[in-house]
Amino acid sequence: MSVTTTPPVGNERVPVATRTVGEHVRDYVARLRGGDLGALPAVLGLVVLCTVFSIVRPAFFSAGNFANLFTQGAAVTLIAMGLVFVLLLGEIDLSAGFASGVCAAVLAVLVTLHGYPWYVALLAAIATGTVIGFVLGFLVAKIGIPSFVVTLAAFLAFQGVVLLLIEGGKNISVRDDALVAIANRNLPPTLGWLLAAIGVGGYAAVQLLRHRKRSARGLITDPIGIVFARIGALAVIVGVAVYILNVERSINTLISSLKGVPIVVPIIVVLLVVWTFVLQRTAYGRHVYAVGGNKEAARRAGINVDRIRISVFVICSSMAAVGGIVAASRSNSVDANTGGSNVLLYAVGAAVIGGTSLFGGKGRILDAILGGAVVAVIDNGMALMNASSGVKFTVTGLVLLLAAGVDALSRRRAAATGNR
Amino acid sequence: MSATPLLELRGIDKSFGPVQVLRNVDFAVHPGEVTALVGDNGAGKSTLVKCISGIYPTDGGEFFFEGQPVSVSNPRDASALGIEVVYQDLALCDNLDIVQNMFLGREKRNGIVLDEATMEQMAGETLDGLSVRTVKSLRQHVSSLSGGQRQTVAIAKAVLWNSKVVILDEPTAALGVAQTAQVLELVRRLADRGLAVVLISHNMNDVFAVSDRIAALYLGRMVAQVKTTDINHSQIVELITAGRSGDLGLPAENGAENSAEQSITVTPGADR
Repeated sequence: MSVTTTPPVGNERVPVATRTVGEHVRDYVARLRGGDLGALPAVLGLVVLCTVFSIVRPAFFSAGNFANLFTQGAAVTLIAMGLVFVLLLGEIDLSAGFASGVCAAVLAVLVTLHGYPWYVALLAAIATGTVIGFVLGFLVAKIGIPSFVVTLAAFLAFQGVVLLLIEGGKNISVRDDALVAIANRNLPPTLGWLLAAIGVGGYAAVQLLRHRKRSARGLITDPIGIVFARIGALAVIVGVAVYILNVERSINTLISSLKGVPIVVPIIVVLLVVWTFVLQRTAYGRHVYAVGGNKEAARRAGINVDRIRISVFVICSSMAAVGGIVAASRSNSVDANTGGSNVLLYAVGAAVIGGTSLFGGKGRILDAILGGAVVAVIDNGMALMNASSGVKFTVTGLVLLLAAGVDALSRRRAAATGNR
Repeated sequence: MSATPLLELRGIDKSFGPVQVLRNVDFAVHPGEVTALVGDNGAGKSTLVKCISGIYPTDGGEFFFEGQPVSVSNPRDASALGIEVVYQDLALCDNLDIVQNMFLGREKRNGIVLDEATMEQMAGETLDGLSVRTVKSLRQHVSSLSGGQRQTVAIAKAVLWNSKVVILDEPTAALGVAQTAQVLELVRRLADRGLAVVLISHNMNDVFAVSDRIAALYLGRMVAQVKTTDINHSQIVELITAGRSGDLGLPAENGAENSAEQSITVTPGADR
């Protein structure tokens, strides 16, 4: 039973031109109460975790560790970004972890054993991911095997493929400068500031332009105060992050200097912007949400459902390839365990913790980044506390369970209040 | 009432294997009118609608649109003519908002970017034009709408494309009293705007409330197509259940003595 009453019929016009900040905040609170939590659990979780770890282990709150978080979480976050597409359709890709391993192995074999230039190996690795995704998607969409089974089979098979590619238990090193730089080098501090300014400026321009265009047409807009608040918040977060990352992290500056934004950060940001644009601003993205929400409605609207289903697996495995490349770069090598052990579960966990629904139809690329940050913070903080692997796995498992529980409960609440 | 029907079917036959579902069906729909299509379960209402919308190919018969013979062999042909069907299960995506649902599959774009502003404006104008005042915001998710509001969105989606014929399959079946009234009012407004509306319904109160003509199917045959004012409730029920009612409908089986009266019935099949 809800206390709120529906407004009487007939006294409201469809477009309400302007809204005040108060109304906007009230709407947001109403959405939260209605079970549409969005990114809130992940952000709260991040704040709580960071506070706890900083108190227990002051080393957690250092510039060096802050930079570590990005490189440690990068591979999982990138795989999670691809998984969001698959999860949006209510499907699952259990093979994403080892798909990243296969692609990393292709990269290492080409560049180290066959001596190809790094960019050829890079493209070959991503192309491998694309092909893997197409095969998986074809089996799911055209043959009709449930994605759980297809990708579980692929999970086992790819584990074998990695072993075959690296010929048993060997460890193939990746020494190419360009490839190693991806996860191990930093941008010069000035370039970091420049990119940050471009990013924030671009966001501000897009937001203000949209606000102006919509209000010129008399459509509902977010209040300008909220728009500025968003831009300001982004500027502060980016500014603080870049500032901290530009602090000297080297213990002895005479030997080497270690400062600047890790190169992997702009890579993640660019992919975030690109995929968010695809999902939110193109017809393709709209159709992905539609297929995830109601497959039959999408079919009747003339959307080629099979093509959408294949395409999300292609995107997922291609992003897994990018994740595999970053993982290979970070450890300077590829072995039988690249993309194995906890990588897949961390990635699925990251997407779900960030707020992507396992039931399909709801999720954003940003979720993968927020969730990836939570996973990276747990992993990193527990390591600083010298927790054993056993404790680490248990805690991460519980956090994933908690996130899935929040998803299921908010969904039920949303169904009860008729919200989403 | 206009002289030529907007949409006219003549002698439509349709079989699924050995089962003949439609026999020599004549059906006419006039602009500015609500034509109720009634019939018992299995009478062929849905099959007829699917033939009109191009989902099923017909086995025989002619199809006229605005007086011109046309062929409708797939749903795209039907949409191109301006025929839209609102199915019973509505086919809306719960996780998308009203605007997104109304334009699903036919999004307006600038290059590759969705033109949200134009779509929102068009959706708002369409709902305004239908005098819909019951939705709070166009950016509401469909899951937060009531059954009547969903039906409204589905109907608005059908008229958004300057359609000329809108076919509604049981639009009030799942609705409460107040919402049924709202939807029927909307159906009436569609016809008043000059559209030809086909209303499939089991509810005789709805049929008598909004329709201008009633077409009754009985076991795959069009037994009567009459003006609503010329017929009463019990006659319709007889047509639906027995295929005839007094002078109307199929000839009685022993029927030679009825042939005199048959010449004055409005039965489309009577001129054979």
